[in-house]
Amino acid sequence: MSHHIIEFKEVFFRYPDGTAALRGVSFRIVHGESVGVVGANGAGKSTLLQHLNGCLLPTSGQVTIGDLNLTAATRGEIRRKVGSVFQNPDDQLFMPTVFDDVAFGPLNLGLDKAHVRERVESALSRVNGLALKNKPPHHLSAGEKSAVAIAAVMAMEPDILAMDEPAANLDPRSRRSLIGLLKTFQHSKLVASHDLDLILDVCERCIVIGEGRVVADGPSEDILSNRTLLEANNLELPLSLQRR
Amino acid sequence: MNFHTQYFDLGRLDRLSYRRTAVHSLDPRAKVIATGLFLVTVVSFPKYDVAGLVPFLLFPVLAATLGEIPIGFILRKVLIVSPFAVFVGIFSPFLDTRTVAVIAGLPVSAGWLSFASILLKFALTVSAALLLVATTSFPGVCHALRRLGCPPIFVSQLLFLYRYLFVLAEEAMRIVRAWDMRAFAGRGRGATVFARLVGVLLIRTLDRAERIYQAMLCRGFAGDIPRLGTLRLRSVDLVFVAITAVFLGACRFFPVTEGIGLLAQGIWR
Amino acid sequence: MHMADALLSPAVGATLWAGTAAVGGYASKKLKVQINDRTIPLMGVLGAFIFAAQMINFTIPGTGSSGHLGGGMILAILLGPHAAFLTMASVLTVQALFFADGGLLALGCNIWNLGVYPCCLVYPLLYRPLAGEGRSPGRILIASVLSVVIALQLGAFSVVLETLLSGRSELPFGAFVLLMQPIHLAIGIVEGFVTAGIIGYVAAARPEILESVAAARPVGAGVPLAKALTVFALLAVLTGGAFSWFASTQPDGLEWAIERVTGRGELSEAERGVAAVLRGLQEKTAFLPDYGFKAAAAEPAPAAPAAAWPGIEAGTSAAGVTGAAIVLVLVGLIGLGIRSAGRRPGSTP
Ligand SMILES: Nc1ncnc2c1ncn2[C@@H]1O[C@H](COP(=O)(O)OP(=O)(O)OP(=O)(O)O)[C@@H](O)[C@H]1O
Ligand SMILES: [Mg+2]
Repeated sequence: MSHHIIEFKEVFFRYPDGTAALRGVSFRIVHGESVGVVGANGAGKSTLLQHLNGCLLPTSGQVTIGDLNLTAATRGEIRRKVGSVFQNPDDQLFMPTVFDDVAFGPLNLGLDKAHVRERVESALSRVNGLALKNKPPHHLSAGEKSAVAIAAVMAMEPDILAMDEPAANLDPRSRRSLIGLLKTFQHSKLVASHDLDLILDVCERCIVIGEGRVVADGPSEDILSNRTLLEANNLELPLSLQRR
Repeated sequence: MNFHTQYFDLGRLDRLSYRRTAVHSLDPRAKVIATGLFLVTVVSFPKYDVAGLVPFLLFPVLAATLGEIPIGFILRKVLIVSPFAVFVGIFSPFLDTRTVAVIAGLPVSAGWLSFASILLKFALTVSAALLLVATTSFPGVCHALRRLGCPPIFVSQLLFLYRYLFVLAEEAMRIVRAWDMRAFAGRGRGATVFARLVGVLLIRTLDRAERIYQAMLCRGFAGDIPRLGTLRLRSVDLVFVAITAVFLGACRFFPVTEGIGLLAQGIWR
Repeated sequence: MHMADALLSPAVGATLWAGTAAVGGYASKKLKVQINDRTIPLMGVLGAFIFAAQMINFTIPGTGSSGHLGGGMILAILLGPHAAFLTMASVLTVQALFFADGGLLALGCNIWNLGVYPCCLVYPLLYRPLAGEGRSPGRILIASVLSVVIALQLGAFSVVLETLLSGRSELPFGAFVLLMQPIHLAIGIVEGFVTAGIIGYVAAARPEILESVAAARPVGAGVPLAKALTVFALLAVLTGGAFSWFASTQPDGLEWAIERVTGRGELSEAERGVAAVLRGLQEKTAFLPDYGFKAAAAEPAPAAPAAAWPGIEAGTSAAGVTGAAIVLVLVGLIGLGIRSAGRRPGSTP
């Protein structure tokens, strides 16, 4: 199924202030693959993920999502396929109540009201957030905000999921249910995180980014057990592997 | 008022508005209209009228009690903003000294009457506004405004303002805390440092606005903000507005206070 | 300085509301055609920013007292007049609701005093020509200080006028003006420097950000603004005049109704004593509306000398008409100002 393919070819990206955040990133993700993106702070993970939905356009190189090359003209269509969870949920939850926020995407997809309601409720219950429905986002805890941000994306039923630090503020139990949720998502997904155990659990493949380049790319078990590689990138062995 | 008090008061008032009581569950439009009627009626009382205003206290008291809003909290907020009205009113007793009544042997000047009237109106109008937000979630007020004919652009950005008010206030609070920790004995508290701090806050805000816009685009935003219409006027709401209107009309057009006074005198005799 | 409900008469409140609503309707109509997708979230978030920044106090040099940011001018610099006006209006709305600053009826006055002057009048007329397109810190400083000072002076003077026209306070005009204007001069100078400091800081630290904001900012479409404003001004004056006329005639009619409903007989005993004294007083001081004393006198006095009524009516509508005239003049000035700013190349609002 070509429409769930993600391909980066020699992607360079430079911020307006001159910071070169990506310096030639190439990889290809096929349908149904679940890929972790790890690396030190400032390595370029968030920058890379923002290319998936066209929030950023490559300075040079090419990003292909499904059958479409990412350009200013195609990014509207690409955004319908790719659901993105941002690093900071406050930026993502912009509507005045949780319900309105989760409904924002489905309404923009042009669904009818009954359908929208249904989607909102099912997305919220998948993240255990149904009780938060009528609250304003600013009254939620950090973890609840993350959960709602995920629900807001899930409610759009995207073909591809891109998540930046989805578990950053979650308590262990919510983190566990997020892992369960991610495992049920059948399509391609890209998860950037410093939580290497989560990556190990959810992703069969792992890409290490360092200074805007792909430093390593392979099965998670191999990469996340390579102590020298990890330590060179400010990372540590996942806890579950340290015990062995 | 220091930053923390303001910040926590803001949060407290906002939280009150998400309670569930009979008052909270009234349609926001009904409450906005009733509050508007109330304000116009109160303000329309002439300068020297004090007695006629008194029955109107019923309205805030009912709203606060039925809505389970702590009255002390509302009163404190009323006091905090009172200085300007007090300042403007306090001159009346000295400038308008004609005696208009003798109460318990003391001559009362017209100025005192008008001062009392200003204070009473102030307490009534300010508490009515506070009680409106305390019993109606702000998004509710906004949707009411939208349905009552406010321009959609204004309402949309009002909702954004509300959403990010708390986020930015929190950010400002972090900045203020960091500032307090490093500004000692009044040094470093001046306008120059303030301008720099607010400049930092502004840069962060503008960056945030861009990220929010990107997040909106990612969820299919194409220029207007869709919403599921969830407001529905019930008969309770209509009854509420009708009762309010009758009450206000009665108190405005009939000397209720005096009537009650006369009645009491009659009974006492 | 926020105007308060308690100091307002319905006529003045309604006139200013009409003026504000007219400008607001006009601004949102303009925005709808000029708007770009980014503008609404940008406006909302900047409104929240102004709100948050206003919660921070700083020490005013040499006085030890504390000041805070007004915000109208910063918004106008960042967003342009129309969007800035609407944003300022919503900041004041939230303030009226959450902090009870002013009140909901006085909100019309407050939006007028703190929104229309800086955003729609001073910014296009004064700030733009002075600051120009360049980002020279010196020009930004001079333009900000002058603009903020003038906007605040206009605002403070309007508070005085609104209070006096409402006739709820005894404060003599001269004293009130002498009190308000110097205070606001001091506040304005400090605020002007702070505004320049903030804009200067952002321009130095992140010059590209001001440019991207300028790109997101709605562009003027060159519609004959002055013409539209004139229509709105007329509308405002008519509404204001009609309302104050209504307000002035209504109490009489009501009084008559009250007398009929309550009946004279039972009440007549109250006419002895205080009420009689009052009526005597009232006849001596003819300028006092007789209904003003009714409550104090405990009962509606028998119909006051008929000659008193037209006087009252004239008094109330005089306030409405004066208020409306002021709105007309100000809106006219805005129209003229924006048009003349619009003629200058490169400074289309
Ligand atoms: N808006 C921006 N403007 C300029 N430079 C930026 C911007 N955002 C990020 N950068 C820079 O780009 C580089 C990559 O940043 P990015 O946010 O992608 O890192 P990251 O891998 O997500 O880090 P973290 O683990 O801390 O989230 C960093 O050097 C950062 O300083
Ligand atoms: Mg990141």
